[in-house]
Amino acid sequence: MTVTAAFFYLFATFTVASGFMVIASRNPVQSVLFLILAFVNAAGLFLMMGAEFLAMILVIVYVGAVAVLFLFVVMMLDVDFAELRQGFLQYLPVGALIGVIFLLELILVIGAYVIDPNIIRTAAVPIPAPDVMTNTEALGQVLYTRYFYFFQAAGLILLVAMIGAIVLTLRERVGVRRQDISRQNARTQEEAVQLRKVPFRQGI
Amino acid sequence: MVIGLGHYLTVAAVLFTLGVFGIFINRKNVIVILMSIELILLAVNINMVAFSTHMNDIVGQVFALLILTVAAAEAAIGLAILVVFFRNRGSIAVEDVNMMRG
Repeated sequence: MTVTAAFFYLFATFTVASGFMVIASRNPVQSVLFLILAFVNAAGLFLMMGAEFLAMILVIVYVGAVAVLFLFVVMMLDVDFAELRQGFLQYLPVGALIGVIFLLELILVIGAYVIDPNIIRTAAVPIPAPDVMTNTEALGQVLYTRYFYFFQAAGLILLVAMIGAIVLTLRERVGVRRQDISRQNARTQEEAVQLRKVPFRQGI
Repeated sequence: MVIGLGHYLTVAAVLFTLGVFGIFINRKNVIVILMSIELILLAVNINMVAFSTHMNDIVGQVFALLILTVAAAEAAIGLAILVVFFRNRGSIAVEDVNMMRG
């Protein structure tokens, strides 16, 4: 039990500390790296809660795709980040005030909540015991049956995001020669090949 | 010492507050604002999974998966808009963004 608590406090401390460094770091590259650390530690928290599939997805999708996308954009854009931090101290008091109020309210809510014990018996889809079915299998059996339309909608959202990102960043440049396959195929032998009679020892 | 629902909810609350705070203090740097939004969504996901485990109901994990999908799509679109904006203006200062207003 103490080992569980120790791991929880390890993961929680690292998640919160790296979350703080994400917003407080001077260099956005460091922010992205701390974001990766926060995600990895949150995946540890997910593992401790028994959501193994989500933990692995968090590492693969977030650390593997989203954080690398951030890193790519931060490094690709040549931005003067010192200039962007000009208003840092200006917004600090109001931000700190709102943050403290927010945190106090959330902690009060967490301290005061009571869950009706009967609600546990009325779970929509109970989690099977780990020796009966793995977490991934249980998730799949629900996701592909009861929540199939949500799954499809999620896929549609990803498709829209992909097409949107491509359309937004596609740039038509002038002066670039692109391959035009229909023009290539429409060429006839007459316009492509020129036959000449070359006189002997004279060349063209 | 038993680690219960309240511990996870506290971590999520702190992370959520950090995200909101990050949006306030990094008003000009839109990249850090996007990262703060990712932190907020991560906090929401921790809440979802914590309640899913506590209530012994796997539906919370299904919805956490969907939130993860939407967060990934949002990050991709946001960064694409950022790249286009940088290409047009040569800067990512968000205070100039209101020029897009019609």
